[in-house]
Amino acid sequence: MSFEPVLLRRRGKPNSQSLESYRADGGYTALKKALAMEAPKVIEAVQKSGLRGRGGAGFSTGLKWTFLPKDVQGPIYLCINGDESEPGTFNNRVLLEDDPHQVLEGIVISGYATKSTTAYLYLRYEYGDCYRTCEKAIEEMYANNLLGKNILGSDYSLDIYLHRGACAYICGEETGLIESLEGKRAWPRIKPPFPAIEGAFRRPTVVNNIETMACVTQILDRGPEWFQSIGIASEHPKDPGSYGPKLYCISGHVNNPGLVELPLGVTARELIDKHAGGVWKGRKAKAVVPGGISMGFLSADELDTKLDFAGPGKAGCLGLGTAAVIVIDDQTSMVDVLYNTCRFFAHESCGQCTPCREGTAWSAKILARIRAGQGTLKDLDTLTDISNSIGIMPGTTICGLADGAAWPIKNALKKFRPEFEEYITSGRRSQSFEVVGSH
Amino acid sequence: MSTVFINDIEIEVGPKENLVQAAERAGVEIPHYCWHHDLSVVASCRMCLVEVGEKKPDGTIAMIPKLVPACQTPAKPNTVVLTNSEKVKKAQAQTLEFLLLNHPLDCSICDQAGECYLQDYTYKFGNAESRLNEPKVQRVDKYHIGEQIALFTDRCVMCTRCVRFTREISGTAELQVTNRGSVEEIDIFPGEPCNNKLAGNVVDLCPVGALCSKDFLYKKRVWWLKTQDSVCQDCSTGCSIHVDQEDNRLYRLRPRENPQAQGSFMCDEGRFGWKYIQSEARLTAPRIGKALAAVGQHAELSSADAHVGNGQFENGHVSASEIGHGRVGSGSSSGRRHIHDPGAVNEFAKVDPWPQVLSETRQAIKSAVDAGADRFAVVLSPMMFCEEAYLLAKYIKSISKKVTLALGPVPIVGEDDQYPKGPKGEPPAEGKVKFTIRAEKCPNRLGVEAVLEHFQGEVIGFDELAGRLSAKRIDGLYLVGGYQGTWIDESKLSMFDALSTLIVQDFLSSPLTDMATIVLASATFAERHGTVVNHAGLAQEVHPVIRGATDVRPDGRLLFDLAQRQGLYSAPAIRKEMAKEIPAFAAFDGEIGALGIQLFNIVEGKRA
Repeated sequence: MSFEPVLLRRRGKPNSQSLESYRADGGYTALKKALAMEAPKVIEAVQKSGLRGRGGAGFSTGLKWTFLPKDVQGPIYLCINGDESEPGTFNNRVLLEDDPHQVLEGIVISGYATKSTTAYLYLRYEYGDCYRTCEKAIEEMYANNLLGKNILGSDYSLDIYLHRGACAYICGEETGLIESLEGKRAWPRIKPPFPAIEGAFRRPTVVNNIETMACVTQILDRGPEWFQSIGIASEHPKDPGSYGPKLYCISGHVNNPGLVELPLGVTARELIDKHAGGVWKGRKAKAVVPGGISMGFLSADELDTKLDFAGPGKAGCLGLGTAAVIVIDDQTSMVDVLYNTCRFFAHESCGQCTPCREGTAWSAKILARIRAGQGTLKDLDTLTDISNSIGIMPGTTICGLADGAAWPIKNALKKFRPEFEEYITSGRRSQSFEVVGSH
Repeated sequence: MSTVFINDIEIEVGPKENLVQAAERAGVEIPHYCWHHDLSVVASCRMCLVEVGEKKPDGTIAMIPKLVPACQTPAKPNTVVLTNSEKVKKAQAQTLEFLLLNHPLDCSICDQAGECYLQDYTYKFGNAESRLNEPKVQRVDKYHIGEQIALFTDRCVMCTRCVRFTREISGTAELQVTNRGSVEEIDIFPGEPCNNKLAGNVVDLCPVGALCSKDFLYKKRVWWLKTQDSVCQDCSTGCSIHVDQEDNRLYRLRPRENPQAQGSFMCDEGRFGWKYIQSEARLTAPRIGKALAAVGQHAELSSADAHVGNGQFENGHVSASEIGHGRVGSGSSSGRRHIHDPGAVNEFAKVDPWPQVLSETRQAIKSAVDAGADRFAVVLSPMMFCEEAYLLAKYIKSISKKVTLALGPVPIVGEDDQYPKGPKGEPPAEGKVKFTIRAEKCPNRLGVEAVLEHFQGEVIGFDELAGRLSAKRIDGLYLVGGYQGTWIDESKLSMFDALSTLIVQDFLSSPLTDMATIVLASATFAERHGTVVNHAGLAQEVHPVIRGATDVRPDGRLLFDLAQRQGLYSAPAIRKEMAKEIPAFAAFDGEIGALGIQLFNIVEGKRA
């Protein structure tokens, strides 16, 4: 059965960003449907669809909304996380550049469902085009009673503020984003309190991803059953399943990098061979990042792993993450790959928690030394030790950045250890070009 | 109250306590850097990680698989905490290794060595060796970060206590974190150093040697210092403090935590304002007769006399000018008596001058009272301790009830300075005040007033007395100073001109001591023992820390001997006596303890 894109169905159409063209394609009917429903029914529909957040953690969106306290006096905030900084990820960008109204409609629906009074759309600074298209789209919405007071004649009112970040990976962490939104240094908060209880400006807050918002629009438009019919069903009672379409970002050493929409659960091999034109230059894949660099690596033997919420975990990766697949060909040194990865996290560690602040920088320094031909086999044990001792999972950090920094190290040293050992014992120096910057 | 289990020790804890505090109650140390009970919880140093679980009603224990920060975890009923499991020990050692990665091994030149949590925890919980094989991150020291504080940037462990202090306690927000990751640093905005009046506290808060006090820097190894509990004398807040001395020299004052007094902090005025104790202007010996500056104009005094001495006892020697000639100054007033036996010079030069001086003082007081008790007045300074005020007041009133007892000037500078400041420097809203530097710059007005009320029946202010002085209704005055600076200027000296007897008890020389007929060289708070009562009626004990110069006498002992009491001056014994005699001091019957006792009930600034 061939799959027709839904989230990306309007991509590439002339003038796809405009309200007029969006409406011509049936836009904002989902919002009308939602406004005709009771807010709890909208949450129910989203919960029923099995939608899991697309931002990386894969938490049930509907369930998250139910965590808001009941009968709140005063404002509730909806923060939309468009600080898309995970290396290899660009689905938010495509959605906002090509079809901003689909996302904005989802924001208004979600706002209605959660009884939010204000929505903040947090965009990473580098996404200038997204900013401009969103700014224009929001103007159009205000002009057409899709935002502001009494949306489409209903009792519901919502304002959206576009907020541009300042180029920091940590602003994508939900409480880091909230701190940044409040004008502070984006240091993730300790939990509890969770944002649903005390988030932005100390008010109940929901933080959702851009792609999640697009999914909400489609769920309301096509019904939760439609969403449930796509993807991988729950395998056991504790598994919430992987339903719906997903935007896969494919980059790295492939012939046709880009963004494809597929049902959740496509295998890495199918994604590379069928949708990205195969590994470039006739080479083979050595390693594949399943969902953004923080998720770790699949080895060449694990390419049949299904890229749903559960699949990468079974192969020892951290998870599906943002479903940003980066392909590394067999001519690339994993030492170089891992060094680059560690350098990224050392640069992006916010510096709040000791293990992450020091551990990320230390591992990058060790790998730099290995690349300079000065490594010892003992370094690999030290690296493993560092990776095992930083992150939320061992409980040594506040946010998940350190887990994301640790996983590539763990995976690389477990799955490609002979290559590292050979590299060190040969005394070789890296021939690859190092981008100037970071530290 | 709830019950928690710390390494199998069952302990009752308060409702708002976290696991660090709960463990402390159980006698178990959970190491921590970023957490401080007066600052917000950030749980970022990750030094306090412990294993936590819950004891179910059926007795089973369910542990959380991952480690949790003890500072962030409330001590809920039936919480089970493990601080010594292999998992916890490994995490502690690992965190310390991370903290020490880029930390310089410069303990040998670091002021903090000896009281450094990085040293202590490394000994207790850390690994002996670092596995770091790379160059350390090197950062430039910032000596300019504040007038009183210097930042040794590379020693910092980024606990951000200092940053939170300037945001949450002082409200001045000068300090911040710049950069990111392992190269981040504490810094100030360019040209805006951390000079708020509470800035010195960041030095105490810093658990390592990153923030140092410039005043104390490289002055003394901390392990030589001996510490005594005391009370800051600079304002009526009466901060509990530690006074650190070595070899009879003061080196620094530090706040001593006392929730009943000021909390955990102290202001820089108090912290650095003790230099007068070691000042050149200190009186080093008692004196009878006028000083050279005042007497030089008198023709009777030959230049040879002036060369021998200026009328002061110095280093145990009484000057020949006084003893030999028996007269300094005009010598005609009835209140002025001098030592007359020329033959005693050599012998006397080796002995304590005080018996002679006190005898002369008693004589002077008696003569003045005899000449007219209502024309003799005694000024009790609000800088005096309760015991001292009591001794003097009681002694004077025992001579004559008609002698006037008055309160010395109460120094008021500006208005109460409250913290945390708002963004524009405005004071905090009511109920949000975390620290107050009080305008009343004396430690014991309330205590001295209570003594005066008992003995005089009312508090006669200094202004009223000054009026009587100017109106020449007073012939003799016994005045106690004890102020830290010049408290009376030349322009006001004329009111003392007509006095035939002026006895000044003080520790700093001043225009007034120059005028005095008798100067009783007394001591600073660091050399005295007694009690002060702060603005809220809290009585706290000041302990002697150092000894003054040989011929300086602590006020308590001086007055004890002046009153010719038997035995030795003992502040607790005097307090017991006061408790029996004066109802307001009834609470002096018990022990005062390190944190003080509530002596007076204060309502709207007045003793109720």
